[in-house]
Amino acid sequence: MSDADDGLTVAFRHRLGETVFDIAFAAPPHGLVALFGPSGSGKTTAALVAAGLLRPDEGRVVVRGTVLTDTARAIFVPPERRRVGIVFQDSRLFPHMRVEANLRYGARRNPPGPVRFGEVVSLLGLSLLLSRRPHTLSGGERQRVAIGRALLAQPRALVLDEPLASLDSARKAEILPYLERLKAAMALPILYISHDLPEVVRLADTLALIEAGRVVACGPLETIAARADLPLAARDDAGAVLESVIVAHHPARGLSEIQAGGRRLLLPTVDRLPGSRLRVRIPAREVALATERPGRMSVHNILPGTVGVIAQDLRRPAALVEVRFDGSGLIARVTPDAVASLDLGPGRPVFALVKSVAIEPIG
Amino acid sequence: MRLSLKVSGLAVAFGLPCALLLALAIARGRFPGRSVLNAAAHLPMVLPPVVTGWLLLIVFGRYGVIGSWLDTLFGVRLVFTTAGAVLACTVMVFPLMMRTMRLSLEAIDPALDAAARSLGAGRLDRFATVTLPLAGPGVLVAAIVGFAASLGEFGAVITFAANIPGRTQTLPLAIYAALQSPGGEATAARLSLVSIMLAACALLLSEVIAKRLQAGVGRR
Repeated sequence: MSDADDGLTVAFRHRLGETVFDIAFAAPPHGLVALFGPSGSGKTTAALVAAGLLRPDEGRVVVRGTVLTDTARAIFVPPERRRVGIVFQDSRLFPHMRVEANLRYGARRNPPGPVRFGEVVSLLGLSLLLSRRPHTLSGGERQRVAIGRALLAQPRALVLDEPLASLDSARKAEILPYLERLKAAMALPILYISHDLPEVVRLADTLALIEAGRVVACGPLETIAARADLPLAARDDAGAVLESVIVAHHPARGLSEIQAGGRRLLLPTVDRLPGSRLRVRIPAREVALATERPGRMSVHNILPGTVGVIAQDLRRPAALVEVRFDGSGLIARVTPDAVASLDLGPGRPVFALVKSVAIEPIG
Repeated sequence: MRLSLKVSGLAVAFGLPCALLLALAIARGRFPGRSVLNAAAHLPMVLPPVVTGWLLLIVFGRYGVIGSWLDTLFGVRLVFTTAGAVLACTVMVFPLMMRTMRLSLEAIDPALDAAARSLGAGRLDRFATVTLPLAGPGVLVAAIVGFAASLGEFGAVITFAANIPGRTQTLPLAIYAALQSPGGEATAARLSLVSIMLAACALLLSEVIAKRLQAGVGRR
């Protein structure tokens, strides 16, 4: 694991009953690291270790160069002094205080910092809620207040433990834009725990896949999502994620042009200014492969690349083929027969064919 | 009558903080002997009051373990004094107050404590700003119920502090004394009426307070 320690580094071993958690990951100073995995895999345990609410059997937690937990050196900063904000699935607002008192609770107990009250209130859309009691708020509003409360304690890092899990999809959709704005506005490492793939794909910069108490893979979202050999690729909704920049719009054709990984792609018009960033997802089942550049056809995007790993899909009779190009890549789900007849193997040049309508802009 | 109020007031004033501490320890703590402590604190509720009074005599009497020590060090005697009546009442209503507060403490979500911790609140700070306000109705109700129950305390008081008019003769003891003397029925009836009214008021008050505070705080 990277030990630069200027972001958020968590590495620990902990036994809970029969289960042993052995988890390590790191987040860059300004990014969001998502821990993704099924329930019971150890995600929440990792959140508690980061926040100091659980003292691991062995382990180390470092936030921006400050060692908060190091069992080898008998260091353990108690949660009330480590300044790691945590937001739980149940918002845990203080029921006897109004929203404003809840928001200011942490502010009075920590040294002043860069986070301003007014800034948080406008960022999270809380201005109309300040004099309300927690029990009069909706689930989504409560979570927004809880996030604001954590931010106003001037944390060095923020832990969000399944903050949207108890909300219905409409409420989730309402909060996600706030989380995106928060990520952009706050210069602090964020640890985001979730078992919901769309959430993770939308928010994560770094992705750590957790399964049965272990980190299966950890790296930039784009890299992890483009790997064929991870359990992520076997999901029905598996697909690569590309960070792109909008290059131009072609209104006459109803298309927008984006650039990602040195390749140009066309997709149905998106409502963003040229030059702005756009994260797109390309589902594996929507990608076809060819060994020669095809002639005229309806598919707009023909992306030259080379074959990476070819993995067997354990859930269905299909093969998952990685197509790599400069610094990013796609996954294609094709039949084993196609792999055989095209004679695909690692290192072989191929063309990935992606219909423009299959490219999903995110956020 | 005034003596009764004073004794009960003092009993609550001394007993409540101790009962709160014990309630906290039992509701939140995880230590060996927790259930033994809980049982011991509840003893006065189930023992015959006379037995409690007699045990107090053994411990706090002039030749008792603590009593003799108090006597020689501070010249304080508890037996047959107002202070003794207060002590007897305190011990008797202690379990009642503790139980009431323990239930309201246990109703508080311990997760709120973790949330306050992560926001930088230390132990005392969390107690003062989260636990106590949320347990507030319980504490208040405990005080009122303790006060009312203390007004009616008889067995332990008469055993430990005796029945001395003006010093240890609380309301129930006065009623008892009136009934023992010929022609005292009228006095007994009058005192009983006072006692009934005091008790009824206290219970009513505790209900009202519990309802009012719950409406503001309880829901989440």
